[in-house]
Amino acid sequence: MSMPFYVSPEQLMKDRADFARKGIGRGRSVVAVQYADGVLFVSENPSQALHKVSEIYDRIAFAAVGRYNEFENLRIAGVRLADMRGYAYDRRDVTGRGLANAYAQTLGTIFSSGGEKPYEVELFVAEIGDVADDDQVYRLTYDGQVADEHGFAVMGGAADEVATYLRGAFVPGMSLEDALRLAVTALGHTEGSDRVIPAAHLEVAVLDRTRTQPRKFARIVGERLVALLGDRGPEEPAADDSMIADPAGAPDATDALGAPDTPGPDTPGPDDQPPIAPPLA
Amino acid sequence: MTDGPRLSPAYLRPGTTSFSDFLSAEAPDLLPSRRAVPQGHAGDLAPHGTTIVAATFAGGVVMAGDRRATMGNIIAQRDIEKVFPADEFSAVGIAGSAGLAVELVRLFQTELEHYEKIEGTTLSMDGKANRLAALIRANLGMAMQGLAVVPLFAGFDLAADQGRIFSYDVTGGRYEETAFHSVGSGSLFARGSLKKLYRDDLTEEECVTATVQALYDAADDDSATGGPDLTRRIFPVVHVITARGGHRLADDEVAAIADRVIAGRMTRPDGPAAALT
Repeated sequence: MSMPFYVSPEQLMKDRADFARKGIGRGRSVVAVQYADGVLFVSENPSQALHKVSEIYDRIAFAAVGRYNEFENLRIAGVRLADMRGYAYDRRDVTGRGLANAYAQTLGTIFSSGGEKPYEVELFVAEIGDVADDDQVYRLTYDGQVADEHGFAVMGGAADEVATYLRGAFVPGMSLEDALRLAVTALGHTEGSDRVIPAAHLEVAVLDRTRTQPRKFARIVGERLVALLGDRGPEEPAADDSMIADPAGAPDATDALGAPDTPGPDTPGPDDQPPIAPPLA
Repeated sequence: MTDGPRLSPAYLRPGTTSFSDFLSAEAPDLLPSRRAVPQGHAGDLAPHGTTIVAATFAGGVVMAGDRRATMGNIIAQRDIEKVFPADEFSAVGIAGSAGLAVELVRLFQTELEHYEKIEGTTLSMDGKANRLAALIRANLGMAMQGLAVVPLFAGFDLAADQGRIFSYDVTGGRYEETAFHSVGSGSLFARGSLKKLYRDDLTEEECVTATVQALYDAADDDSATGGPDLTRRIFPVVHVITARGGHRLADDEVAAIADRVIAGRMTRPDGPAAALT
Protein backbone atom coordinates (compact mmCIF):
# COMPACT_ATOMS: atom_id res chain seq x y z
CA MET A 1 0.00 0.00 0.00
CA SER A 2 1.37 3.35 -0.92
CA MET A 3 0.37 6.78 0.22
CA PRO A 4 0.87 10.04 -1.62
CA PHE A 5 3.74 11.86 -0.03
CA TYR A 6 5.43 15.19 -0.47
CA VAL A 7 8.46 15.42 -2.77
CA SER A 8 10.30 18.73 -2.77
CA PRO A 9 10.81 20.30 -6.21
CA GLU A 10 14.58 20.17 -5.66
CA GLN A 11 14.44 16.45 -5.01
CA LEU A 12 12.16 15.84 -7.97
CA MET A 13 14.43 17.70 -10.38
CA LYS A 14 17.47 15.98 -8.96
CA ASP A 15 15.85 12.57 -9.41
CA ARG A 16 14.95 13.37 -12.98
CA ALA A 17 18.43 14.67 -13.72
CA ASP A 18 20.03 11.57 -12.19
CA PHE A 19 17.76 9.37 -14.23
CA ALA A 20 18.63 11.11 -17.48
CA ARG A 21 22.34 11.29 -16.71
CA LYS A 22 22.44 7.58 -15.90
CA GLY A 23 20.91 6.74 -19.27
CA ILE A 24 23.32 8.97 -21.15
CA GLY A 25 26.34 7.74 -19.19
CA ARG A 26 25.84 4.20 -20.46
CA GLY A 27 26.54 5.05 -24.12
CA ARG A 28 29.83 5.68 -25.85
CA SER A 29 31.14 9.18 -26.37
CA VAL A 30 30.85 11.48 -29.37
CA VAL A 31 33.56 14.04 -30.04
CA ALA A 32 33.20 17.24 -32.05
CA VAL A 33 36.46 18.95 -33.01
CA GLN A 34 36.82 22.23 -34.88
CA TYR A 35 39.51 22.09 -37.54
CA ALA A 36 40.73 24.49 -40.20
CA ASP A 37 37.99 23.73 -42.76
CA GLY A 38 35.02 23.07 -40.48
CA VAL A 39 33.83 20.74 -37.77
CA LEU A 40 34.68 17.04 -37.41
CA PHE A 41 32.52 14.49 -35.57
CA VAL A 42 33.86 11.15 -34.42
CA SER A 43 32.17 8.40 -32.48
CA GLU A 44 32.80 4.74 -31.81
CA ASN A 45 29.77 3.14 -33.40
CA PRO A 46 29.95 -0.38 -34.82
CA SER A 47 26.61 0.04 -36.61
CA GLN A 48 26.83 1.23 -40.21
CA ALA A 49 23.11 1.94 -40.37
CA LEU A 50 22.15 3.57 -37.08
CA HIS A 51 23.93 6.88 -37.12
CA LYS A 52 24.83 9.11 -34.21
CA VAL A 53 25.91 11.95 -36.48
CA SER A 54 23.71 13.24 -39.29
CA GLU A 55 23.01 16.06 -41.67
CA ILE A 56 20.29 18.57 -40.84
CA TYR A 57 20.78 21.24 -43.49
CA ASP A 58 23.35 22.85 -45.78
CA ARG A 59 25.73 23.95 -43.03
CA ILE A 60 24.19 22.30 -40.01
CA ALA A 61 24.86 18.90 -38.52
CA PHE A 62 23.52 17.00 -35.55
CA ALA A 63 25.16 14.51 -33.21
CA ALA A 64 23.65 12.74 -30.25
CA VAL A 65 24.20 10.19 -27.51
CA GLY A 66 21.69 8.43 -25.33
CA ARG A 67 18.48 6.63 -26.18
CA TYR A 68 18.34 6.00 -29.93
CA ASN A 69 14.59 6.34 -30.43
CA GLU A 70 14.55 9.65 -28.59
CA PHE A 71 17.40 11.33 -30.40
CA GLU A 72 16.24 9.94 -33.75
CA ASN A 73 12.92 11.62 -33.04
CA LEU A 74 14.68 14.91 -32.35
CA ARG A 75 16.83 14.54 -35.48
CA ILE A 76 13.78 14.08 -37.71
CA ALA A 77 12.08 17.04 -36.03
CA GLY A 78 15.19 19.09 -36.78
CA VAL A 79 15.22 18.07 -40.45
CA ARG A 80 11.53 18.94 -40.72
CA LEU A 81 12.03 22.31 -39.05
CA ALA A 82 15.03 23.18 -41.21
CA ASP A 83 13.39 22.09 -44.48
CA MET A 84 10.21 23.94 -43.57
CA ARG A 85 12.13 27.16 -42.83
CA GLY A 86 14.26 26.83 -45.94
CA TYR A 87 11.21 26.25 -48.10
CA ALA A 88 9.10 29.04 -46.57
CA TYR A 89 11.92 31.61 -46.53
CA ASP A 90 15.29 30.85 -48.07
CA ARG A 91 18.09 28.36 -47.56
CA ARG A 92 20.23 31.01 -45.90
CA ASP A 93 17.57 31.67 -43.28
CA VAL A 94 18.04 28.28 -41.65
CA THR A 95 20.44 28.77 -38.74
CA GLY A 96 22.01 26.51 -36.17
CA ARG A 97 21.07 28.93 -33.42
CA GLY A 98 17.38 28.73 -34.32
CA LEU A 99 17.54 24.95 -34.33
CA ALA A 100 19.44 24.81 -31.02
CA ASN A 101 16.80 27.09 -29.49
CA ALA A 102 13.95 24.89 -30.66
CA TYR A 103 15.69 21.81 -29.23
CA ALA A 104 16.46 23.59 -25.96
CA GLN A 105 12.86 24.68 -25.49
CA THR A 106 11.58 21.22 -26.32
CA LEU A 107 13.97 19.38 -24.01
CA GLY A 108 13.52 21.96 -21.25
CA THR A 109 9.73 21.80 -21.33
CA ILE A 110 9.72 18.02 -21.27
CA PHE A 111 12.26 17.89 -18.45
CA SER A 112 10.36 20.22 -16.16
CA SER A 113 6.84 19.21 -17.12
CA GLY A 114 6.72 16.40 -14.59
CA GLY A 115 4.23 14.41 -16.62
CA GLU A 116 6.64 13.11 -19.26
CA LYS A 117 9.71 10.99 -18.90
CA PRO A 118 12.75 13.22 -19.41
CA TYR A 119 14.67 12.56 -22.63
CA GLU A 120 17.85 10.58 -21.98
CA VAL A 121 19.83 12.36 -24.65
CA GLU A 122 22.55 14.89 -25.14
CA LEU A 123 23.01 16.70 -28.45
CA PHE A 124 25.45 18.70 -30.50
CA VAL A 125 24.17 21.14 -33.06
CA ALA A 126 27.03 22.47 -35.18
CA GLU A 127 26.98 25.08 -37.90
CA ILE A 128 29.88 26.22 -40.06
CA GLY A 129 30.37 29.71 -41.40
CA ASP A 130 32.51 31.05 -44.24
CA VAL A 131 35.56 31.28 -41.99
CA ALA A 132 36.63 29.24 -38.96
CA ASP A 133 35.76 32.06 -36.55
CA ASP A 134 32.11 31.80 -37.56
CA ASP A 135 31.86 28.08 -36.78
CA GLN A 136 29.60 27.22 -33.91
CA VAL A 137 29.05 24.13 -31.82
CA TYR A 138 26.13 24.09 -29.39
CA ARG A 139 25.84 21.43 -26.79
CA LEU A 140 22.38 20.67 -25.44
CA THR A 141 21.69 18.61 -22.37
CA TYR A 142 18.63 16.57 -21.34
CA ASP A 143 17.22 19.50 -19.31
CA GLY A 144 17.36 21.98 -22.18
CA GLN A 145 20.52 23.80 -21.21
CA VAL A 146 22.56 25.17 -24.11
CA ALA A 147 26.29 25.75 -24.04
CA ASP A 148 28.35 27.34 -26.77
CA GLU A 149 31.45 25.17 -27.15
CA HIS A 150 34.78 26.31 -28.52
CA GLY A 151 37.51 24.16 -30.02
CA PHE A 152 36.23 20.75 -29.07
CA ALA A 153 33.33 19.16 -27.21
CA VAL A 154 32.61 15.71 -25.85
CA MET A 155 29.45 14.05 -24.62
CA GLY A 156 28.40 10.56 -23.59
CA GLY A 157 29.77 7.86 -21.32
CA ALA A 158 33.44 8.60 -20.77
CA ALA A 159 33.09 12.30 -21.60
CA ASP A 160 35.30 13.55 -18.76
CA GLU A 161 38.25 11.31 -19.57
CA VAL A 162 38.08 12.09 -23.28
CA ALA A 163 37.72 15.81 -22.63
CA THR A 164 40.71 15.83 -20.31
CA TYR A 165 42.83 14.21 -22.99
CA LEU A 166 41.64 16.66 -25.65
CA ARG A 167 42.24 19.67 -23.40
CA GLY A 168 45.90 18.73 -23.25
CA ALA A 169 46.40 18.03 -26.96
CA PHE A 170 43.99 20.29 -28.86
CA VAL A 171 45.39 23.16 -30.93
CA PRO A 172 43.22 25.48 -33.03
CA GLY A 173 43.40 25.34 -36.84
CA MET A 174 44.44 21.69 -37.24
CA SER A 175 44.22 19.89 -40.57
CA LEU A 176 41.48 17.26 -41.01
CA GLU A 177 44.06 14.50 -40.70
CA ASP A 178 45.45 15.79 -37.40
CA ALA A 179 42.02 16.52 -35.96
CA LEU A 180 40.78 13.03 -36.85
CA ARG A 181 43.81 11.29 -35.36
CA LEU A 182 43.50 13.36 -32.20
CA ALA A 183 39.79 12.63 -31.82
CA VAL A 184 40.19 8.90 -32.40
CA THR A 185 43.08 8.66 -29.94
CA ALA A 186 41.06 10.60 -27.39
CA LEU A 187 38.09 8.23 -27.78
CA GLY A 188 40.34 5.21 -27.23
CA HIS A 189 42.04 6.78 -24.24
CA THR A 190 41.36 5.55 -20.73
CA GLU A 191 43.28 6.17 -17.56
CA GLY A 192 44.80 2.73 -17.59
CA SER A 193 45.68 2.17 -21.22
CA ASP A 194 45.15 3.44 -24.76
CA ARG A 195 43.21 1.42 -27.30
CA VAL A 196 43.29 1.58 -31.11
CA ILE A 197 39.63 1.63 -32.18
CA PRO A 198 39.10 -0.40 -35.40
CA ALA A 199 38.37 1.81 -38.41
CA ALA A 200 35.23 -0.21 -39.12
CA HIS A 201 33.85 0.77 -35.70
CA LEU A 202 34.27 4.49 -36.26
CA GLU A 203 31.56 6.83 -37.40
CA VAL A 204 33.21 9.91 -38.87
CA ALA A 205 31.54 12.89 -40.51
CA VAL A 206 32.49 16.47 -41.31
CA LEU A 207 30.95 19.80 -42.07
CA ASP A 208 33.50 20.88 -44.65
CA ARG A 209 33.32 24.45 -45.95
CA THR A 210 35.65 23.61 -48.87
CA ARG A 211 32.99 21.40 -50.49
CA THR A 212 31.66 23.04 -53.65
CA GLN A 213 28.07 21.88 -53.15
CA PRO A 214 25.76 23.93 -50.92
CA ARG A 215 25.37 20.88 -48.68
CA LYS A 216 28.57 20.78 -46.66
CA PHE A 217 27.94 17.60 -44.68
CA ALA A 218 29.89 14.50 -45.67
CA ARG A 219 30.58 11.13 -44.12
CA ILE A 220 34.11 9.83 -44.19
CA VAL A 221 34.07 6.07 -44.66
CA GLY A 222 35.98 3.19 -46.17
CA GLU A 223 39.33 3.71 -47.81
CA ARG A 224 39.35 7.45 -47.29
CA LEU A 225 38.95 6.96 -43.54
CA VAL A 226 41.71 4.37 -43.36
CA ALA A 227 44.00 6.62 -45.40
CA LEU A 228 43.36 9.60 -43.15
CA LEU A 229 43.92 7.57 -40.00
CA GLY A 230 47.32 6.36 -41.22
CA ASP A 231 49.30 3.62 -39.54
CA ARG A 232 48.07 3.15 -35.99
CA GLY A 233 49.26 -0.29 -34.90
CA PRO A 234 47.04 -3.29 -34.15
CA GLU A 235 43.34 -2.56 -33.81
CA GLU A 236 41.53 -3.49 -30.65
CA PRO A 237 37.75 -3.64 -30.52
CA ALA A 238 35.99 -2.63 -27.32
CA ALA A 239 36.23 -5.32 -24.65
CA ASP A 240 32.47 -5.60 -24.25
CA ASP A 241 31.74 -5.93 -27.96
CA SER A 242 29.41 -8.86 -27.44
CA MET A 243 26.86 -6.49 -25.97
CA ILE A 244 26.72 -4.49 -29.19
CA ALA A 245 24.60 -7.15 -30.81
CA ASP A 246 21.64 -5.93 -28.76
CA PRO A 247 18.84 -5.16 -31.18
CA ALA A 248 17.98 -1.51 -31.44
CA GLY A 249 14.47 -2.14 -30.32
CA ALA A 250 15.38 -4.06 -27.16
CA PRO A 251 13.21 -2.60 -24.43
CA ASP A 252 16.03 -1.89 -22.03
CA ALA A 253 18.80 -1.00 -24.45
CA THR A 254 19.34 2.57 -23.43
CA ASP A 255 21.89 2.95 -26.14
CA ALA A 256 21.68 0.13 -28.62
CA LEU A 257 24.55 1.65 -30.58
CA GLY A 258 27.17 1.33 -27.91
CA ALA A 259 27.67 -1.25 -25.26
CA PRO A 260 26.98 -0.27 -21.68
CA ASP A 261 30.09 1.03 -20.01
CA THR A 262 29.12 -0.43 -16.68
CA PRO A 263 30.11 -4.07 -16.36
CA GLY A 264 27.64 -6.76 -15.42
CA PRO A 265 24.00 -7.14 -16.33
CA ASP A 266 22.00 -4.04 -15.80
CA THR A 267 19.08 -5.12 -13.68
CA PRO A 268 16.29 -2.61 -13.74
CA GLY A 269 15.82 -1.49 -10.18
CA PRO A 270 13.44 0.99 -8.68
CA ASP A 271 15.93 3.71 -9.60
CA ASP A 272 15.27 3.07 -13.26
CA GLN A 273 11.65 4.10 -13.07
CA PRO A 274 11.24 7.48 -14.71
CA PRO A 275 10.69 9.97 -11.94
CA ILE A 276 7.31 11.46 -12.65
CA ALA A 277 5.65 13.93 -10.34
CA PRO A 278 3.11 12.42 -7.94
CA PRO A 279 -0.42 13.33 -8.86
CA LEU A 280 -1.73 16.48 -7.31
CA ALA A 281 -4.02 15.82 -4.41
CA MET B 1 5.17 27.35 -38.80
CA THR B 2 6.55 26.58 -35.34
CA ASP B 3 3.99 27.53 -32.75
CA GLY B 4 5.88 29.03 -29.87
CA PRO B 5 9.40 28.10 -28.96
CA ARG B 6 8.80 24.40 -28.35
CA LEU B 7 8.64 22.13 -31.37
CA SER B 8 5.00 21.23 -31.94
CA PRO B 9 4.17 17.54 -31.43
CA ALA B 10 3.73 17.09 -35.18
CA TYR B 11 7.48 17.55 -35.66
CA LEU B 12 8.24 14.77 -33.20
CA ARG B 13 5.63 12.38 -34.52
CA PRO B 14 7.17 9.44 -36.33
CA GLY B 15 5.77 8.57 -39.71
CA THR B 16 6.00 10.34 -43.00
CA THR B 17 9.26 10.77 -44.87
CA SER B 18 7.60 13.02 -47.42
CA PHE B 19 8.03 16.75 -47.03
CA SER B 20 4.91 17.59 -49.02
CA ASP B 21 2.81 15.24 -46.86
CA PHE B 22 4.23 16.92 -43.77
CA LEU B 23 3.45 20.34 -45.24
CA SER B 24 -0.10 19.38 -46.13
CA ALA B 25 -0.69 18.39 -42.50
CA GLU B 26 1.23 21.19 -40.81
CA ALA B 27 1.26 24.22 -43.10
CA PRO B 28 -1.05 23.55 -46.05
CA ASP B 29 -1.00 27.21 -47.03
CA LEU B 30 2.64 26.73 -48.12
CA LEU B 31 1.68 24.15 -50.74
CA PRO B 32 1.28 25.69 -54.20
CA SER B 33 -1.62 23.36 -55.01
CA ARG B 34 -3.67 24.34 -51.94
CA ARG B 35 -4.00 27.95 -52.94
CA ALA B 36 -7.58 29.03 -53.62
CA VAL B 37 -7.82 30.68 -57.02
CA PRO B 38 -11.02 32.63 -57.79
CA GLN B 39 -13.25 31.23 -60.50
CA GLY B 40 -12.28 32.06 -64.04
CA HIS B 41 -9.27 31.76 -66.25
CA ALA B 42 -6.06 32.91 -64.60
CA GLY B 43 -3.69 31.72 -67.31
CA ASP B 44 -3.11 35.14 -68.85
CA LEU B 45 -2.14 36.80 -65.59
CA ALA B 46 1.35 35.39 -65.30
CA PRO B 47 4.29 34.58 -67.58
CA HIS B 48 4.60 31.21 -69.31
CA GLY B 49 7.74 29.23 -69.77
CA THR B 50 8.17 27.35 -72.98
CA THR B 51 10.39 24.71 -74.52
CA ILE B 52 12.43 22.03 -72.72
CA VAL B 53 14.27 19.21 -74.48
CA ALA B 54 16.05 16.17 -73.09
CA ALA B 55 18.07 13.44 -74.78
CA THR B 56 20.08 10.48 -73.57
CA PHE B 57 23.56 9.47 -74.66
CA ALA B 58 25.70 6.49 -73.71
CA GLY B 59 26.57 7.21 -70.08
CA GLY B 60 24.12 9.97 -69.29
CA VAL B 61 21.38 12.38 -70.18
CA VAL B 62 21.20 16.02 -71.30
CA MET B 63 18.43 18.49 -70.53
CA ALA B 64 18.25 21.93 -72.09
CA GLY B 65 15.77 24.78 -71.98
CA ASP B 66 15.40 28.06 -73.83
CA ARG B 67 15.43 31.32 -71.88
CA ARG B 68 12.15 33.00 -72.81
CA ALA B 69 9.04 33.61 -70.70
CA THR B 70 6.04 35.12 -72.45
CA MET B 71 2.83 36.83 -71.39
CA GLY B 72 0.54 36.91 -74.39
CA ASN B 73 2.45 38.77 -77.09
CA ILE B 74 4.91 40.24 -74.57
CA ILE B 75 8.30 38.74 -73.78
CA ALA B 76 8.11 38.76 -69.98
CA GLN B 77 11.69 37.70 -69.40
CA ARG B 78 14.51 36.92 -71.80
CA ASP B 79 16.90 35.14 -69.42
CA ILE B 80 14.61 32.99 -67.28
CA GLU B 81 15.97 29.63 -66.12
CA LYS B 82 13.65 26.69 -66.58
CA VAL B 83 15.94 23.72 -66.01
CA PHE B 84 16.89 22.97 -62.41
CA PRO B 85 18.83 20.25 -60.65
CA ALA B 86 16.33 18.16 -58.65
CA ASP B 87 19.08 16.39 -56.74
CA GLU B 88 22.59 15.14 -57.43
CA PHE B 89 21.52 12.73 -60.19
CA SER B 90 18.45 14.30 -61.73
CA ALA B 91 17.16 17.50 -63.27
CA VAL B 92 13.71 18.87 -63.89
CA GLY B 93 12.65 21.28 -66.63
CA ILE B 94 9.35 23.08 -66.61
CA ALA B 95 6.90 24.41 -69.15
CA GLY B 96 3.72 26.25 -68.28
CA SER B 97 2.86 28.86 -65.70
CA ALA B 98 6.32 30.07 -64.72
CA GLY B 99 5.83 31.27 -61.13
CA LEU B 100 3.90 28.21 -60.08
CA ALA B 101 6.36 25.94 -61.86
CA VAL B 102 9.36 27.42 -60.05
CA GLU B 103 7.55 26.93 -56.75
CA LEU B 104 6.76 23.32 -57.63
CA VAL B 105 10.38 22.71 -58.49
CA ARG B 106 11.45 24.08 -55.10
CA LEU B 107 8.94 21.79 -53.41
CA PHE B 108 10.21 18.83 -55.43
CA GLN B 109 13.85 19.61 -54.60
CA THR B 110 13.01 19.84 -50.89
CA GLU B 111 10.99 16.64 -51.14
CA LEU B 112 13.97 14.66 -52.49
CA GLU B 113 16.46 16.16 -50.05
CA HIS B 114 14.08 15.63 -47.13
CA TYR B 115 13.68 11.95 -47.95
CA GLU B 116 17.42 11.56 -48.35
CA LYS B 117 18.18 13.11 -44.96
CA ILE B 118 15.49 11.26 -43.05
CA GLU B 119 16.00 7.84 -44.62
CA GLY B 120 19.75 8.10 -45.11
CA THR B 121 19.42 6.96 -48.72
CA THR B 122 18.15 8.44 -51.98
CA LEU B 123 14.89 7.53 -53.68
CA SER B 124 15.07 5.26 -56.71
CA MET B 125 14.76 6.95 -60.11
CA ASP B 126 11.19 5.65 -60.43
CA GLY B 127 10.43 6.78 -56.89
CA LYS B 128 11.52 10.32 -57.74
CA ALA B 129 9.48 10.29 -60.95
CA ASN B 130 6.41 9.11 -59.03
CA ARG B 131 6.78 11.79 -56.36
CA LEU B 132 6.88 14.44 -59.09
CA ALA B 133 3.74 12.90 -60.61
CA ALA B 134 1.98 13.21 -57.24
CA LEU B 135 2.91 16.90 -56.99
CA ILE B 136 1.62 17.59 -60.51
CA ARG B 137 -1.57 15.64 -59.84
CA ALA B 138 -2.28 17.80 -56.79
CA ASN B 139 -2.09 20.82 -59.08
CA LEU B 140 -4.92 19.70 -61.38
CA GLY B 141 -7.40 22.25 -60.00
CA MET B 142 -5.05 25.09 -60.83
CA ALA B 143 -4.31 23.58 -64.23
CA MET B 144 -8.00 23.66 -65.09
CA GLN B 145 -8.02 27.38 -64.39
CA GLY B 146 -5.19 27.96 -66.79
CA LEU B 147 -2.24 27.58 -64.40
CA ALA B 148 -0.91 24.34 -65.78
CA VAL B 149 2.62 23.11 -65.06
CA VAL B 150 4.08 20.38 -67.25
CA PRO B 151 7.54 19.20 -66.25
CA LEU B 152 10.10 17.05 -67.97
CA PHE B 153 12.18 14.94 -65.63
CA ALA B 154 15.52 13.35 -66.50
CA GLY B 155 18.23 11.73 -64.51
CA PHE B 156 20.89 9.07 -64.33
CA ASP B 157 19.59 5.84 -62.86
CA LEU B 158 22.50 4.36 -60.92
CA ALA B 159 20.73 1.01 -60.58
CA ALA B 160 20.08 0.67 -64.31
CA ASP B 161 23.34 2.47 -65.23
CA GLN B 162 21.69 4.68 -67.85
CA GLY B 163 20.05 8.05 -68.36
CA ARG B 164 16.25 8.06 -68.22
CA ILE B 165 13.60 10.60 -69.23
CA PHE B 166 10.03 10.97 -67.91
CA SER B 167 7.29 13.17 -69.29
CA TYR B 168 4.03 14.14 -67.56
CA ASP B 169 0.58 15.38 -68.36
CA VAL B 170 -1.42 17.87 -66.25
CA THR B 171 -3.33 15.09 -64.50
CA GLY B 172 -0.11 13.63 -63.12
CA GLY B 173 0.21 10.93 -65.74
CA ARG B 174 3.81 9.75 -65.90
CA TYR B 175 5.34 8.36 -69.08
CA GLU B 176 8.82 7.08 -69.57
CA GLU B 177 10.36 8.22 -72.85
CA THR B 178 13.07 6.50 -74.81
CA ALA B 179 16.03 8.38 -76.28
CA PHE B 180 14.65 11.94 -76.31
CA HIS B 181 11.62 14.06 -75.55
CA SER B 182 10.46 17.66 -75.42
CA VAL B 183 7.70 19.64 -73.69
CA GLY B 184 6.29 23.15 -74.06
CA SER B 185 4.93 25.29 -76.87
CA GLY B 186 7.89 24.68 -79.18
CA SER B 187 8.10 20.98 -78.39
CA LEU B 188 6.56 19.82 -81.67
CA PHE B 189 9.33 21.48 -83.65
CA ALA B 190 12.03 20.47 -81.21
CA ARG B 191 10.92 16.86 -81.29
CA GLY B 192 10.81 16.85 -85.08
CA SER B 193 14.31 18.25 -85.12
CA LEU B 194 15.65 15.69 -82.64
CA LYS B 195 14.01 12.90 -84.63
CA LYS B 196 16.29 13.71 -87.53
CA LEU B 197 19.42 14.55 -85.51
CA TYR B 198 19.38 11.94 -82.76
CA ARG B 199 21.49 8.79 -82.93
CA ASP B 200 22.19 6.18 -80.25
CA ASP B 201 25.93 6.67 -80.46
CA LEU B 202 26.09 10.41 -79.79
CA THR B 203 28.85 11.54 -77.46
CA GLU B 204 28.11 13.92 -74.60
CA GLU B 205 29.10 16.98 -76.62
CA GLU B 206 27.23 15.84 -79.74
CA CYS B 207 24.16 15.22 -77.60
CA VAL B 208 24.36 18.77 -76.17
CA THR B 209 24.75 20.10 -79.74
CA ALA B 210 21.66 18.13 -80.82
CA THR B 211 19.56 19.68 -78.04
CA VAL B 212 20.80 23.18 -78.88
CA GLN B 213 19.92 22.54 -82.56
CA ALA B 214 16.47 21.36 -81.48
CA LEU B 215 15.91 24.51 -79.41
CA TYR B 216 17.05 26.61 -82.39
CA ASP B 217 14.47 24.87 -84.59
CA ALA B 218 11.78 25.39 -81.92
CA ALA B 219 12.62 29.10 -81.71
CA ASP B 220 12.60 29.29 -85.50
CA ASP B 221 8.94 28.31 -85.74
CA ASP B 222 7.46 29.08 -82.31
CA SER B 223 7.23 32.72 -81.24
CA ALA B 224 7.15 31.81 -77.53
CA THR B 225 10.51 30.01 -77.65
CA GLY B 226 13.61 32.17 -77.42
CA GLY B 227 16.46 31.61 -79.83
CA PRO B 228 20.09 32.34 -78.98
CA ASP B 229 20.42 36.04 -78.09
CA LEU B 230 23.65 37.03 -79.83
CA THR B 231 23.78 40.64 -78.72
CA ARG B 232 23.23 39.88 -75.05
CA ARG B 233 25.03 36.51 -75.21
CA ILE B 234 22.10 34.64 -73.65
CA PHE B 235 22.15 30.94 -74.51
CA PRO B 236 20.13 27.91 -73.37
CA VAL B 237 20.54 26.43 -69.90
CA VAL B 238 22.03 22.95 -70.31
CA HIS B 239 22.34 20.30 -67.59
CA VAL B 240 24.37 17.14 -68.14
CA ILE B 241 23.90 14.19 -65.76
CA THR B 242 26.18 11.17 -65.71
CA ALA B 243 27.16 8.49 -63.20
CA ARG B 244 29.38 11.09 -61.50
CA GLY B 245 26.42 13.39 -60.85
CA GLY B 246 24.83 16.29 -62.61
CA HIS B 247 26.08 19.77 -63.40
CA ARG B 248 25.04 22.80 -65.37
CA LEU B 249 27.30 23.50 -68.34
CA ALA B 250 29.21 26.74 -67.93
CA ASP B 251 27.88 29.65 -69.99
CA ASP B 252 30.98 29.83 -72.19
CA GLU B 253 30.80 26.10 -72.99
CA VAL B 254 27.20 26.47 -74.15
CA ALA B 255 28.12 29.70 -75.96
CA ALA B 256 30.84 27.89 -77.90
CA ILE B 257 28.41 25.17 -79.00
CA ALA B 258 25.69 27.71 -79.82
CA ASP B 259 28.18 29.76 -81.89
CA ARG B 260 29.03 26.65 -83.94
CA VAL B 261 25.33 25.92 -84.46
CA ILE B 262 24.73 29.50 -85.60
CA ALA B 263 27.76 29.45 -87.89
CA GLY B 264 26.33 26.34 -89.58
CA ARG B 265 22.94 28.03 -89.96
CA MET B 266 24.58 30.97 -91.74
CA THR B 267 25.13 28.73 -94.76
CA ARG B 268 22.10 26.50 -94.25
CA PRO B 269 19.41 28.31 -92.18
CA ASP B 270 17.30 25.16 -91.75
CA GLY B 271 20.11 23.34 -89.99
CA PRO B 272 21.93 20.12 -90.83
CA ALA B 273 20.32 18.00 -93.51
CA ALA B 274 19.55 14.37 -92.76
CA ALA B 275 20.16 11.62 -95.32
CA LEU B 276 17.07 10.74 -97.37
CA THR B 277 17.33 7.03 -96.84
